Amino acid sequence: MTFNKTLLASLVGATMTGAALLPMTANAETLRIGYSADPETLDIHEQLSGGMLRFSHLSFDPLVRWTKDFQFEPRLATSWEQVDDTTLRMTLRDDVTFHSGNTFTAEDVVWTIERLKESPDYKAIFEPIASAEAIDDTTVEITTHEPYPILLNLATYIFPMDSEFYSGTTADGDDKAEIVKSGNSFASRNVSGTGPFIVTERRQGVRVDFERFDDYWDTESPGNVDNIVLTPISENASRVAALLSGGVDFIDHVPPNDLERVREADGVNLVEIPGTRIIGFQLNEERIEAFQDPRVRLAVAYAINQEGIAQRLMRGFATPAAQFSPKGYSGHNPELTPRYDVDRALELMAEAGYEDGFEVNMIAPNNRYVNDAQIAQAVANMLARINIDVNLRTMPLAQYWPEYDTRQSDIAMIGWHADTEDSANFFQYLSACINEETGAGQYNYGSYCNEELDALVATADTETDPEKRQEMLREAERMLYEDAGYIPLHWQNLAYAARDGVDAEPILNALDFPYLGDLVIEDAN
Amino acid sequence: MIAFLTKRLMHAILVMLVISVIAFAIQDNLGDPIQQMVGQSVPESEREALRERLGLNDPFHVQYLRFAGNAIQGDFGYSYFYREPALDVIARHLPATLELVFGATLIIVLLSVPIGVYSAIKPRSPLSRFFMGASIVGISVPVFLTAIVLIQIFAIGMKVTLFPESTAWGSWLNATLSTEGGMPSFGRGQDLVHVVGYWDSNLFSAGGLQHLVLPSIALASIMLPLFIRLIRAEMLEVLQSEYVKFARAKGISSWRIYFVHALKNTMLPVITVGGVQIGTMVAYTILTETVFQWPGMGLMFLDAINRADIPLIVAYLMIVGVIFVVTNTIVDLIYGLVNPTVKLTGKPA
Repeated sequence: MTFNKTLLASLVGATMTGAALLPMTANAETLRIGYSADPETLDIHEQLSGGMLRFSHLSFDPLVRWTKDFQFEPRLATSWEQVDDTTLRMTLRDDVTFHSGNTFTAEDVVWTIERLKESPDYKAIFEPIASAEAIDDTTVEITTHEPYPILLNLATYIFPMDSEFYSGTTADGDDKAEIVKSGNSFASRNVSGTGPFIVTERRQGVRVDFERFDDYWDTESPGNVDNIVLTPISENASRVAALLSGGVDFIDHVPPNDLERVREADGVNLVEIPGTRIIGFQLNEERIEAFQDPRVRLAVAYAINQEGIAQRLMRGFATPAAQFSPKGYSGHNPELTPRYDVDRALELMAEAGYEDGFEVNMIAPNNRYVNDAQIAQAVANMLARINIDVNLRTMPLAQYWPEYDTRQSDIAMIGWHADTEDSANFFQYLSACINEETGAGQYNYGSYCNEELDALVATADTETDPEKRQEMLREAERMLYEDAGYIPLHWQNLAYAARDGVDAEPILNALDFPYLGDLVIEDAN
Repeated sequence: MIAFLTKRLMHAILVMLVISVIAFAIQDNLGDPIQQMVGQSVPESEREALRERLGLNDPFHVQYLRFAGNAIQGDFGYSYFYREPALDVIARHLPATLELVFGATLIIVLLSVPIGVYSAIKPRSPLSRFFMGASIVGISVPVFLTAIVLIQIFAIGMKVTLFPESTAWGSWLNATLSTEGGMPSFGRGQDLVHVVGYWDSNLFSAGGLQHLVLPSIALASIMLPLFIRLIRAEMLEVLQSEYVKFARAKGISSWRIYFVHALKNTMLPVITVGGVQIGTMVAYTILTETVFQWPGMGLMFLDAINRADIPLIVAYLMIVGVIFVVTNTIVDLIYGLVNPTVKLTGKPA
């Protein structure tokens, strides 16, 4: 009899310990973040990725940064003027110190730009810049090879590094400034920026601890977060659970399946933002002759129900697209809207002589974009209605890109975010005629080529009058739309969630870089 | 004994050799590590330069021999993602996994022995029937589902409104079945106690133990039913044996018969199976660690696969191979202790 009781007691005890223990309580000024990934390295020039740019905004400051509505906001640069067609003069703040205690000057900006031009990931983007020169401590002049209208866009990527701190050699004799991919360089382990947060401890893949920088220059910032603990939680369901259970205060990438749950949960708030990453398909004209006929490409565009995918498959978590440029980009052409019309698609197929259709292969990743495999499946079904039979193959990201690079399939899915936050970038990488030497059309899977379109984009790229440039880029979007050179689906939305009291909405933007230095935590738990 | 251990050492080396060849052979199918290391707009020429620097363009045998040469000197290569020697990365993640396996093993041992013995002694009691039924369910439920349910109930909390709130019994039932949540749902927490070297422990602080509870239960859930049934079956058989009958006839107390005489003999097959299963548990930690974001080897391995971090994958597989050989060796040693008739001289079986 006693035996029974002890047995039961131990059973119950083991399972119930949980409920009795105290919940974790948080210090009011500590922000516990659960991001899907942590920064790959501490060297902000080693890799161009979303995670690294988020980190850059924590421990560094850019010269200028984007506002929510795609305007420029002064940061380390207070004002700027175009001296001549190719030279931009920027005035810098004079009250900024680095984490190391060194004073920030124009020399640091020059040093940083020169380092960017050496970085494998950034050198292509910074190619238009010929040189940078420090006129005095607070004035820097940036010269481009040719008139370059989006130099300020690049300035959002210039996060001045502490040139004194990163100069010299380590005990092992390595140059402190060197950029080593996936290597053990000085800059990948040590950091000195001007940003609101100092890295105090870091265990790659486990957590990063930040502390607010006491001498941070931006004393006007409302931000009151003293400490940040960033834990990477790659599993979507676990990240959401961590927020709902109060283990973290703020998460990114809320998956579409959990949006409803997070929206309705007590004590947490969901923030949804239209994103800028275009998801779409490319038709391989090299392999399928039919795709060389604009009518067949148009038929594909007409056959796809973008609204349906965005509404049902993505549960409203996407903005249906009919062009590259999202709203807010200069090239966004409001006249171009999705044109789902199966009858028209069938007519076009018949006109082109393909009413009996044909068979194609399609590839798509299954862990890169939100619901990527399901989207590809839906599109395959839609194409079946105009007699294009699709054999779909989906694969994980690590295998997808090598497969993509071989261009051995007929239709491929790709998502693209313009690193320059500018419309021209889409055309240069996704739809430009392939040119191995210049690198144009590096991701033009379908070998689509329209020289007239390329010429227009090239002209736009040296046009410094913003109005005229906008006109050209909108025209370029229209040309691509009419030629169906790329089959856009939607711009993937962004979703963050934060517990009550963490006022996340004001610091979030379509760029996916939360400005955590300005974050306000209102309550105390 | 020495001969036995030497033989096992040879086994370990052979296992590592075979695993390393296989791991190297499949690396091309794991994906392109370069893609994970560069931004999307990096030109092909830069990628090629990086590929060349990492030696990925060399033919298979050149790459393998270079790896093997370094491995003999204890250098298993550099993890692409962690930017550290692969062995260091594994060493840093190992304690978390071992503590998780330890927690799960503790739960299994503490629960399976009493429950197994009880259901063997009283096979027809309702409680035994309940345990047997529950263990079938337990075996069938995948570990990630158990983990998610645990998180929902104990970390997030669950408000039950199944019964009519207006009635006294309904509101009581609702209140009783609802949980507050509050248990940590991810990671190892902040209260780690540094023990030695890479070993930061969850075991020596209240906060640390709290983080260990849910993952351990989840991991234990898959093995516990198996052991309960195994112990019960063995115990039932032993209880029929002559010596137990004789012990009864001698008038020895039934407690002593069950827990001293019978249980000892029950344990032999349990130890064998247990040793193998602890090895298998390493595989299950991958799922458990992913759901609970437990920063151990399992999570590290899964991330390494997603990133095509080949040096880390190869090193991990080899280490796991060694862990299997070591646990099996320990099992054989313990077996010898429990059953002195077993000789370990390593004679061909």
